[in-house]
Amino acid sequence: MKTGVPSVLAGLCLAIGAWVGAAAADEIGDAENGERIFRKCASCHQVGQGATHRVGPHLNGIFGRRAGTVDGYGKYSDGLLRAGNDGLIWSLEKLHAYLENPKYLVTGTRMNFAGLSDAQDRADVLAYLRQFSDNPANIPEAQPTAIAPEVELPPGILALVGDPEYGEYLASECTTCHQRDGSDQGIPSITGWPQEDFVIALHAYKRKIRPHPVMQAYAGRLTDDEIAALAAYFAGL
Amino acid sequence: MKLNRRAFIGTGAAAAAALQAPMVWGATDGRPKVVVIGGGAGGATVARYLAKDSKGEIDVTLVEPSRQYYTCFFSNLYIGGFRDLSSIAHSYGTLAAEYGVNVVHDWATGVDRDAKTVTLAGGAVLPYDKLVLSPGIDFVDGAVPGWDVSAQNRMPHAYKAGSQTELLKAQIESMPEGGRFAMVAPPNPYRCPPGPYERVSMVAHLLSQINPTAKILIVDPKEKFSKQALFEEGWNSHYAGMIERIGPDFGGDKVEVDPGEMTVTIDGVVEKVDVCNVIPAQKAGRICEIAGVNDGNWAPVNGHTMVSRIDGNIHVLGDATNQGDMPKSGFSANSQAKVAAMAIRGELTGSKVFPAKFSNTCWSLIDADDGVKVGASYEATDEKISSVASFISQTGEDASLRKQTYEESLGWYAGITADMFG
Ligand SMILES: Cc1cc2nc3c(=O)[nH]c(=O)nc-3n(C[C@H](O)[C@H](O)[C@H](O)COP(=O)(O)OP(=O)(O)OC[C@H]3O[C@@H](n4cnc5c(N)ncnc54)[C@H](O)[C@@H]3O)c2cc1C
Ligand code: HEC
Ligand code: HEC
Repeated sequence: MKTGVPSVLAGLCLAIGAWVGAAAADEIGDAENGERIFRKCASCHQVGQGATHRVGPHLNGIFGRRAGTVDGYGKYSDGLLRAGNDGLIWSLEKLHAYLENPKYLVTGTRMNFAGLSDAQDRADVLAYLRQFSDNPANIPEAQPTAIAPEVELPPGILALVGDPEYGEYLASECTTCHQRDGSDQGIPSITGWPQEDFVIALHAYKRKIRPHPVMQAYAGRLTDDEIAALAAYFAGL
Repeated sequence: MKLNRRAFIGTGAAAAAALQAPMVWGATDGRPKVVVIGGGAGGATVARYLAKDSKGEIDVTLVEPSRQYYTCFFSNLYIGGFRDLSSIAHSYGTLAAEYGVNVVHDWATGVDRDAKTVTLAGGAVLPYDKLVLSPGIDFVDGAVPGWDVSAQNRMPHAYKAGSQTELLKAQIESMPEGGRFAMVAPPNPYRCPPGPYERVSMVAHLLSQINPTAKILIVDPKEKFSKQALFEEGWNSHYAGMIERIGPDFGGDKVEVDPGEMTVTIDGVVEKVDVCNVIPAQKAGRICEIAGVNDGNWAPVNGHTMVSRIDGNIHVLGDATNQGDMPKSGFSANSQAKVAAMAIRGELTGSKVFPAKFSNTCWSLIDADDGVKVGASYEATDEKISSVASFISQTGEDASLRKQTYEESLGWYAGITADMFG
């Protein structure tokens, strides 16, 4: 049975989790349909008995596991490993976010996949994958975070044009850690990015979908306009 | 008398100090003048941002006696053997050559607030429209009975980095086998709240390699200290049995030292030690007192702009200030400097002024690849700078996260020093 994922509202509002329907743990999606959708993943991932690593790691036991920790894979991107070290656990919410737009959660991810824009498709493929997790009973249940967060930002946010002078001032707060010349000596480079990638990364921290506490604190107090101004400024460096 | 401005550009400007008669460096070109005293975390940053963002519209002079600035941040890592001394040394060449900051290597010895001039030890007199003071800390006289700065070679503070840090490390390296290192920790408020405890961690790391039966004694007037649970967890797991701390409940606040005898007396009980690191109570760098901008030991400032509450033409930054909730750290000083630079530029050139934002993160290294952090963001209210959100590493974190946290601190060090010195 399908759970009736709420219609796709402007993404940000949805993340607030105004959803009241309490789906039972085993009803995150239609696993049968999910098996069909998994064909999109199967060129890179295997799941089930005897699954091995391919382009991507096998996906047995993915729920509740820390990102980037499947034994024997060894090809994770730096970004995914960093997210795992920061404490990214593959909850239903995080898997939704990653599958909707892998870059949202992990900059420079090696998962070269456009994402599943349809929330129901994601719910279904995750219902399917969940059958191969050791501990299905432990899946986050009807907590608000268990809903599909729409990670795509409303076009209005992406279309904001930042004030470069303001961007330059705001950026002075960032350059204590992120170097203006783009070098990375332990803190990632943020110069010269496509503005859209920059905006979605900062919103992912702001909405605490990306785990890092320092960046959550910085992004948490930036307004949409300020994020746009910063994206414009750093893109031009 | 008129001086050719070009003679004062560049670090070579120290020559100014050699000029004989006191003289006022006259305004040669009508640009507004900012004089910055102290080329550390606050002063170097504010000089760089003023020069960079005003695109030459403001004449910026930085007064700093040392040609090499050794960062206190990461000086503990030098003691632990994770950095060499040259890696924490920075000079002012780029500020002078690329940003056009007039760098004058001299001490400021006087401030005439009515005439708006600064006098240097070498005799020169610098007029200013705005003065920025970021002189860091000095020690409160008599704070630790038996100790004064004349004893700093016997019992180093190593709380201003450079030769003091080098000396302390050398003393630790020549401790007898199974000897004892003591630290007299400071009362609040002081520069870098986790600093003494990161230092203990780094001393323990060094000793566990070269002198594993040696012991560390911390004599502490404070009941609690920054990141205490994280440090204590780390000390137990990495340096079990090596470190003992005596808090105020056992007389840690009643301490005396005898540098000649190398003893520390705690609540009347005399302890013989081999190395003694005395970190006395602190106050704003002397020049703040001379300028008359202190209230008590520190200079009160308005958090919206970092302007002194006593003189509207003077901004004070960093450790010397009393501003509210921000800890006295390099990160804070750097953060405050950018707010001040924006405000000063706004006043002098009419550029846009945006609301102040501040933040701080302090990393500490407990052992190799075992880094922790604490931090917060702040905003200005009329009354003070207040904390709006904070975070801290957790006990029990796994090794991969701790290693990543340490690596972040390396990134931060590279970032902040580039932000200060260009
Ligand atoms: C062991 C230790 C570890 C630390 N670790 C960290 C850390 O990890 N992270 C962090 O953020 N902070 C750390 N700090 C704190 C940090 O070093 C200080 O908070 C910071 O340097 C303060 O900046 P400031 O500009 O106020 O003073 P300073 O950086 O001390 O600069 C003051 C400058 O002013 C000059 N000066 C003083 N008087 C005069 C005068 N009369 N005329 C001309 N020049 C003058 C001095 O020579 C000095 O160069 C640490 C400190 C210590 C001691
Ligand atoms: C083009 C190949 C490719 C496709 C298609 C693909 N993936 Fe991936 N996937 C990867 C790679 C490579 C990684 C490792 C990513 C990294 O290290 O950044 C990965 C990582 C993951 C992870 C995280 C694994 C971990 O151990 O942390 C999950 C979950 C995942 N993929 C699920 C899916 C699902 C579900 C689909 C289909 C909807 C899919 N992927 C489609 C290549 C792919
Ligand atoms: C205290 C140091 C610090 C400051 C200041 C800071 N950042 Fe970060 N930033 C980090 C760290 C550490 C990471 C890596 C976080 C992670 O693991 O997800 C990061 C990650 C990022 C990323 C994602 C990089 C990637 O490769 O995915 C962006 C974008 C970013 N920061 C932007 C900013 C902006 C904009 C500011 C200023 C408003 C800022 N940061 C201020 C430390 C900092």
